[in-house]
Amino acid sequence: MSALLELRDVHRTHGRGDTAVHALRGVTLSVAPGELVAVMGPSGSGKSTLLNLAGGLDRPTTGEVRVAGQDLGALSQRQLAAVRRRLVGYVFQDLNLLPSLTAAENVALPLELDGQGVRRARRAALVALSEVDLTTYAGRFPDEMSGGQQQRVAIARALVGERRLVLADEPTGALDSETGESVLRLLRSRVDSGAAGVLVTHEARHAAWADRVVFLRDGSIVDTSGPLPDVEQLLRIHT
Amino acid sequence: MSIRHGLLALLERGPMYGYQLRAAFEETTGATWPLNIGQVYTTLARLERDGLVHPLPESDGGQRPYEITAGGRAELAVWFATPISRTDRPRDELSIKLALALTTPGIDVRAVVQTQRSATMLTLQEYTRLKVRDGEPDGLAWRLVLDALIFQAEAEVRWLDHCESSLVRHRPAAPRPVTAAPDRQAQPDRQAQPDRQEAPR
Repeated sequence: MSALLELRDVHRTHGRGDTAVHALRGVTLSVAPGELVAVMGPSGSGKSTLLNLAGGLDRPTTGEVRVAGQDLGALSQRQLAAVRRRLVGYVFQDLNLLPSLTAAENVALPLELDGQGVRRARRAALVALSEVDLTTYAGRFPDEMSGGQQQRVAIARALVGERRLVLADEPTGALDSETGESVLRLLRSRVDSGAAGVLVTHEARHAAWADRVVFLRDGSIVDTSGPLPDVEQLLRIHT
Repeated sequence: MSIRHGLLALLERGPMYGYQLRAAFEETTGATWPLNIGQVYTTLARLERDGLVHPLPESDGGQRPYEITAGGRAELAVWFATPISRTDRPRDELSIKLALALTTPGIDVRAVVQTQRSATMLTLQEYTRLKVRDGEPDGLAWRLVLDALIFQAEAEVRWLDHCESSLVRHRPAAPRPVTAAPDRQAQPDRQAQPDRQEAPR
């Protein structure tokens, strides 16, 4: 299957001359539908830059970023904004849910911003909430939910409607280990049902939910682990 | 892993013969530590010698079940009550290997670290995949064993990350600044004048 996200020899440099900071140095990476790729690395290794470029929040200095076949560098700001709204969903460590909106309203918001009618957006939001097992919480405000439930709302919002690329930046940050795991389990199941995912994390245990793990250091991929053999083969290895 | 105490714990459930013990052991630990039947019988013989288990009459099928003795129960209670000391575990081959890699000429230590990290990460991914598959709550014993393996592998990846960062910061030539070397030969007693030694060129 062709890649939903493709980075080809991407460089990103901030500033010029002696003070230039090379955030990424020639990164090539592709993520197919149904695939979750984790990006690990120490602070300053370029993880967040990579995620921002993948989501069209930033542009590469040289190289190419493609989402669903579209070269983001060739798009106008308006076209880029449309790609971000329609194809890309973000899950951040700090949840970024609007406190004055209910769970369903938060999830429907990106669709409404994209020009969809309120009722249609709400229907899609309820579908997305049911997929994360939160149907009964649709009318609740963020402060009426636990951290884990709020993060599930954020995942529903990231994948509502036609979105096929989910970019997650330390999505389990503030959660305890059991709750964090339930969030990863959910992210995993949404990817298994056809989305492409990039998970930035500094915790190996979380990265292990991915099909492939790439290690960044000083803006370059230094090594990669995966892909995994299928489960039946794994059971033969481990039993 | 103490097979001895593992078998005693299983016999606390009731008398069992060798094949039953092996099956129960593997069921409990999710076959993380496969046992061969020879190990089971050797261990049973030693437990019997030490008075911790007692053989029962053979069944019709020719199987001889064993039961735990009072001494065996006491031994088992002590085992559960005593924390496992880290020094009782086998030496960590990986840390020894890295220490040797650092001091062996011609070895790219970063490559050794990265190769190991990829391998450990892959193992961690495999454990996690098995856990996703076996998500049902009734397999709690197996899940806890799997979690232990996951946390241990995670710790190893973190340690390897730490090693990689330390290697990046490490400057092998640090003990003796190159620029100071010719002066040192000319002035053997100059350690008494550290301010001049540190002066910018």
